[in-house]
Amino acid sequence: MAIEVKNASFVYPNGFKALENINIVINEGERVAIVGQNGAGKTTCVKMMNGLNKPTEGDVIVDGMNTKDKTTAFIAKSVGYVFQNPDEQIFNSTVRAEVEYVLRYFKLPEKEIKERVKRAVQLTDIAGYLDINPLDLPYPIRKFVAIAAVIASKPKYIILDEPTAGQDKHGTETLSMMISELEKDGVTVITITHDMDFAVANFDRIVAMSQKKIIADGNAKEIFWNEDIVSRARIKKTQIGELAKRLNVPGEVLFCEELVEKL
Amino acid sequence: MAYIELKDVSYRYPYTKEQALKNVTYSFERGKFYGIIGENGGGKTTLCNLIRGLIPHFYLGRLKGEALVDGVDVRDWDTGEISAKIGYVFQNPFTQISGIKETVFEEVAIGLENLGVPKDEMIERVINVCEMLNIEDLVKNNPNELSRGQRQRVAFASIIVMDTDTLVIDEPTSQLDPEGTESVFEIIRSLKESGKTIILVEHKIDLIAEHCEEILVMQGGKIAMSGPTKAILSDFGTLDLGTMIPATAVFGHAMKEAGKPLADIPITLDEAVELVERRGE
Repeated sequence: MAIEVKNASFVYPNGFKALENINIVINEGERVAIVGQNGAGKTTCVKMMNGLNKPTEGDVIVDGMNTKDKTTAFIAKSVGYVFQNPDEQIFNSTVRAEVEYVLRYFKLPEKEIKERVKRAVQLTDIAGYLDINPLDLPYPIRKFVAIAAVIASKPKYIILDEPTAGQDKHGTETLSMMISELEKDGVTVITITHDMDFAVANFDRIVAMSQKKIIADGNAKEIFWNEDIVSRARIKKTQIGELAKRLNVPGEVLFCEELVEKL
Repeated sequence: MAYIELKDVSYRYPYTKEQALKNVTYSFERGKFYGIIGENGGGKTTLCNLIRGLIPHFYLGRLKGEALVDGVDVRDWDTGEISAKIGYVFQNPFTQISGIKETVFEEVAIGLENLGVPKDEMIERVINVCEMLNIEDLVKNNPNELSRGQRQRVAFASIIVMDTDTLVIDEPTSQLDPEGTESVFEIIRSLKESGKTIILVEHKIDLIAEHCEEILVMQGGKIAMSGPTKAILSDFGTLDLGTMIPATAVFGHAMKEAGKPLADIPITLDEAVELVERRGE
């Protein structure tokens, strides 16, 4: 089972070409971070993976289904997408109603709804806000509400678009814990991020995009220690990686413990 | 004399039980660069709202204690007058952008227009700021049709163009990529160098470490800790206050733990390089 993007391009209705010949396979159980400059095509690309954008050329196959043959709602059952801006997907008057919404729509048994909501709320640490109107919550918490609603719908793949934006230490830690718990549940997590520390710490596979194309795909060391990729994708090493580079420490160091050991 | 002086200030938003600020006492000096860090919900934005006079003029609620800007209590400031003194870049660019202007150019010009700045001067200032923020290609676009990152830069431009003595900036880079983030910090740095007072709320701790002179750590509506950047961010205990410390500081503490201590705990990359290289001497 996998998401397969094959020779896919995407042109917006106004004629703007956002993606050119994208090829990528994301297998079940992987954790993938997509990095690159604002405007590189990251969001357009992941929206293709859950059927919000249908490729104008090429194909996107989700678990054997071509997204062109299915509705977005159908694909979204397998591939959940959390928008960069939570306000694009939040519309209920309490956090609880928001998290339960899809489950009630599909008329799941009450017991199952309860269990799923409990898990989603626990993973996103929003138990204290269930009876509050999401619009009264600050942006970073609203983001967790949006994430919880997607987790509750139990997709096989979850796409998080810039989850760390505006998060404090606690929020970032909650995200890391959530991602490893989702992995245990067998969920594939794909994220878009500008936070290189977050990418390196939580994702085994890093995909770098630049100017409508995927320019590199590999593990963190392969991406962040390739100066050509770093400069073309306009990304940055982690601060520890940069320190290792300036100190000429061998071994493509990215983590603190590695660096301490080598000095 | 302190430029902005808070004396035992407490504040509660309307219809809430919990105070958003609790007995805050602090003096901001003119021309310095302050970083406000800490957990979400800790009172960072409320503090900004107060300094800018939005509390108590826009957010009613209950304000106790004294909050003086240039010797005058915020309660006695006229909102127009205080806005000519203190520019405020909101956290959410959607809050900032007026929504009534059809082009980025007009949006950036709106404040100058309201002040009645002569047309030629206005055009020149708007163009300069748009170039500085790398949005000159967007001047004819509709502000409502921009990406979040672009909007954030337009919102920033519309405040910088006012050329106020003081800038209160709430998370200006939350939607930006690393390059965009660095360029915003470069601009803030040059504003500081031109003598402006900067009060910045930001989670990107490596950049705070590099640029700010003084740090306030907010937690539960209080100033949990304050002091020079180096002292606050090299202290491992700061982590218990719900905020990060720079990766280089964590590295410095890890070196100590491993029995390979550096002469000092670094908070920036340059410091870390220097301290490691000096270790053998």
